[in-house]
Parts: sequence; C-alpha cells; structure tokens
Amino acid sequence: MVAYPADVIAELERKANLIRSHIIRMTRAAGSGHPGGSLSSTDLLSALFFKVMNHRPSDPFWDDRDRFVLSKGHAAPAYYATLAESGYFPIEELMTLRKLNTRLQGHPSMNKLPGVEMSTGSLGQGLSVANGMGLAAKLDRKTYRIYCICGDGEMQSGQIWEAAMLGAHFELDNVTAFVDRNMLQIDGPTEKIMSIEPLADKWKAFGWNVIEIDGHDMRQILDACDRAKDTRSKPTMVIAHTVKGKGVSFMENALSFHGKTPNDEEAKKALRELGEDQ
Amino acid sequence: MNWKYASQRKEYGRALIELGKMRKDVVVLDADLSGSTRTADFAKEFPEHFFNCGIAEQNMMGTAAGFAASGKVVFASSFAVFATGRCWDQIRQSIAYPKLNVKICATHAGITVGGDGASHQTGEDIALMRTLPNMTVVVPVDAQETYKTTKTFADWPGPCYLRMSRLDFPVITDPETPFKIGKGTLLREGDDITLVGCGVMVSRCLEAAETLEKRKISAQVINMSSIKPLDEGLLESAAKRTGGFVTAEEHNVVSGLGCAVSCYLAEHRPTPLRRVGLMDTFGESGEGEELMRKYGLTADKIIEAAEEVMKRR
Ligand SMILES: Cc1ncc(C[n+]2csc(CCOP(=O)(O)OP(=O)(O)O)c2C)c(N)n1
Ligand SMILES: [Mg+2]
Repeated sequence: MVAYPADVIAELERKANLIRSHIIRMTRAAGSGHPGGSLSSTDLLSALFFKVMNHRPSDPFWDDRDRFVLSKGHAAPAYYATLAESGYFPIEELMTLRKLNTRLQGHPSMNKLPGVEMSTGSLGQGLSVANGMGLAAKLDRKTYRIYCICGDGEMQSGQIWEAAMLGAHFELDNVTAFVDRNMLQIDGPTEKIMSIEPLADKWKAFGWNVIEIDGHDMRQILDACDRAKDTRSKPTMVIAHTVKGKGVSFMENALSFHGKTPNDEEAKKALRELGEDQ
Repeated sequence: MNWKYASQRKEYGRALIELGKMRKDVVVLDADLSGSTRTADFAKEFPEHFFNCGIAEQNMMGTAAGFAASGKVVFASSFAVFATGRCWDQIRQSIAYPKLNVKICATHAGITVGGDGASHQTGEDIALMRTLPNMTVVVPVDAQETYKTTKTFADWPGPCYLRMSRLDFPVITDPETPFKIGKGTLLREGDDITLVGCGVMVSRCLEAAETLEKRKISAQVINMSSIKPLDEGLLESAAKRTGGFVTAEEHNVVSGLGCAVSCYLAEHRPTPLRRVGLMDTFGESGEGEELMRKYGLTADKIIEAAEEVMKRR
C-alpha cells in the first residue's frame, strides 16, 4: 500500500470541497440539475482527476491519456467543476450550466466540451463504453487506463450486467469502474425500489475484482485505484459507499435533492457549511 | 394569444386514479420516474396495482407484456426517450407483434424538456411508435385531451402510445370537446390553407392563423392528436377545400406527423405542403420556450411556411 503523505490527501480534500461549492453555485444558477448525486461522486472525481489519472488538460486529446466515462451523466455539475479546476476550461464558464448555447449541457456532451470523453445521460450505457475503450487500448497495445463512475440505481439496468460479462470475458484489467453506492435513486432507496444487493457478490460472481471502500475517504479511493492497477486479467469494480448530498448537512441522504436545486437561502447555508461563502 | 396553461401529466395521473376506481384489471408500471410521470398519484391510491421496475425500461416493457398476456390492462410510463427508444425491441417483439394491451404513456417528450438537454429530449418517439404495426399513437393537444386519451386507451384494444410534455401547455379543449381515436378536430375554418398540428404546436398554428388572417390568408387549423390511425377523411376534405398544407410538430420532421400527412396526400391527393418541426437535429439545454424559438417551433415559422405554400398553390 502506498503511503500517501498527509499534505497530498489534504490538498485533494481541499479540492473536493471547492468542487462541492461549485456544484452549489452552478445548480443554484441553473435552477435545475442534480446536486445530490453530484456531491456523492465528488471525492471519487477529485481523486481521479487530481491524482490518479494521467491526463493533460492543455492537450485534451493526447493519445496516451487515461479515459474517463461518467456513466451517471446527471452528476455533470461535479464533472464539469472537476474539469474546470483541472484547467480544461475557464472556471467562470461553470455558471453557464444548462443555459442556452452552453458547452455545459445538462448531461455531458463529448462534442461540446474538451475533457468529456463520452456523451452520457441515459443510464446503464457508460460501462459498455468504458469496456470498448479498454478493448481498443489493448488492440493498440496502449497502457492507458479507463475509469468509469456508475450510480447504484443504475445497477438495475440490464446493460450493466451485459457489460459485467463482457469486461470479465475479455479480461479488461485496464478498466476500473466505481459504483457510487449512496443507497438512493429518484423514487426512493434502491433496496425498496428494486434491490441490487448483494452487490459485491454479484460483481464477484461475474468475474470482477471487487473492492469495497468508503467513497469519501481519499486514502481508500487512491488505494483502491492502486490495487486495480496491480490486478491482472480482471476488471475492477470499486463499490464506493457514499452519502448522497455529501458535505451539506440538509442535503445529505435527502431524496428531494436528487433533482432539486438549492434556493438562494439554501445555497447560502450550504456554502457557509463548506466554508466557501466569501 | 392569451392562453391558459395546464399540465398534461397531472391529468394523466388523475385519469389513472379514476380508472383504478372503476376497474380491477388496471396495473401501472414505472421505471424510477413516478413522481415526474405522475404514476405516483395512482401508486398512492392503489399500491397493490403499482409496480416500480427500477431503472430498467426494457425489463419494464417485458413485464408489461406478461401482465397484458394475463388479462391486465397495463399503463407503463417513463420519459418519452426511454419509454420508446431504450426499449423499442421489447415493445416491438413482446407488445406490438402479439398485439397486447399495453399503454405506453410517456412524459417529457420533445425539446421542452429543457435543461436536461439532448440525452433526455426526444424528437424521435412518434416515429419509433408509429412505424410499429398494431400501434395506436396519440399526441394530446392539452391537459384535458390527455385525460380523455388515457381513459379511452383503457378500452381501446391493443398497444397504444401516449405522448406528454414536461411543460404546461395552452388549454385548447374543454371537457365537452369530443375526442375519438382516429379523428382529428377542425379548430378553425379557413379556405386558403390548412395548418395541421399536434401537441403544443396546435396553439402555434392557431396563433399563426390569426396573423395570416390579417395578411388576407384564410387558414384553417386541425388538431391531429390521433397520429395513428390518421384522420384521412379530414385530410381529404381539407385538401379539397384549401389545396395547401403546413404541418407543425415538436418532433423531428423525419417520420413524424408531417411525414404521416404528406405520405397520405402524396398517394391520394398531391397537394403542396411544408413541414415545421425539428429539422433533423438533436436538441440541447435551455429553457423550453427558448428552445422552441431557437429550433423554429414558432408561429412565425408556420406563417413563413404557409406563405411559401401559398405561392405554390
Ligand atoms: C435509462 C434512464 N432511465 C431513467 C433516467 C432518469 N434518471 C436520471 S437519474 C435517475 C436515478 C439515478 O439513480 P442512481 O443511479 O442511484 O444515481 P445517484 O443516486 O448517484 O444520483 C434516473 C432514474 C435516466 N437518466 N436514464
Ligand atoms: Mg444512487
């Protein structure tokens, strides 16, 4: 296990907090969008883009970059804020989210925004795409890796399990996927709407290397990515236990903030909690 | 024009509850969007007849087919893009081909979905559904007609598709306005040109007709909510009377209402026609009304098209 220095971890946590404040401001300005699932994916995204992945924001189409697919495309606000903080486009542009003529579409569009590798939004499809990228890398004898974040409600989609089969069948050890296990979907808790448990056993049975972590613990996220890199002939599924709305007290585990944006009052309160109200 | 606005989705939910009260053979399925589609309203009243299938639209359609094959009348809902495109083959193989009693009632059709952008909008659903043999396709003009369509579907044999919007739309009809599958409604009479619309575009046609009137063009307006079966008799008489058409839909001009109308006319009574709709493009994020303007779903576009048709008549 790599011992990451405390300052590296602290810097990632600081970045994640900044991303969270962007999410609040962006969704407030847009008046629509998905804060809950954005906040639960924030730490995963920060770890990936600010530490784990090989990428060059000044050269977004660099051949050997690691690839990323946001299968749960509705977490676009978190994704865009992470891309902007990485340097793919100006931070100011974040405030154009969902506005007419913006590059920041409600769900990611790869032909509009540099850094976005795949257009997503219709759930259940991203993992297949990540697999395709993994196969292409192998075909070209490239060593770049592919990362993908799925929702836990998204696990209900049949295509996810078709992708599970394919990834294991072709031994895609260059694919590392995450499931943002925040226990909620739109209509309620996943286990009440359409249970997905035992989730780890399912992925194991499908032939994946399965790692369970606290999806808000930077060390655990980095460690999981390292272990995935060291795993041969199996793709990795990281089950990241998360809290929907993480970081803002009144959004945490609140079903309503899946697709509802904070009003002025709530946004102010959220930013205060994040220490980003200047 | 000063419109009153009302929600189609709300009326869908209300009709489902009434059906639930009237008959025991109705079941309702959804795919994790029950609050938005308003099937949650039914679920609250009749929890035993409601089944949330999770984020798995293909499986929902197969399950609906099984229910229908067991004698149930099934209402299955999601956003239009997922309810048609995601599970088209399940609908084709397990619902349309065996001619089962599944009513696919989809909300958030067209581009007035707004901020979610192209992945959640759809200009293809009418095309996908109307190309299926055995499928009935209705695009209600407003909230009231949505209510009537839902109730009518329960007694109409075979697979049906109902298209609803996210936004509230202008109120065009009242509880007494007749609604019949296979029938269009002549909302305004005119001698020079016929404007045929469906959904929200009917209100744009009525606005266009008013402006055209001032320009000495007498336009009649048809609400063609029944896209399949199409009201061919009404098209026939309109062609005879006016000799020119403009169609208008919040849908791709490819294979939607405009194509249905022009195919009929081309075969039976060739008549000059122009289509107003999405010009073979995906949508994008923005406010619904803004998008309508950007993509030319406006009274102005209908007027422009009408004036062009007038030159060719
Ligand atoms: C195929 C498809 N069906 C329905 C939707 C609508 N939808 C958007 S988000 C969502 C719930 C997602 O839940 P989950 O995967 O748990 O995401 P998270 O909790 O991380 O936000 C649904 C049903 C969609 N985007 N795609
Ligand atoms: Mg979830």
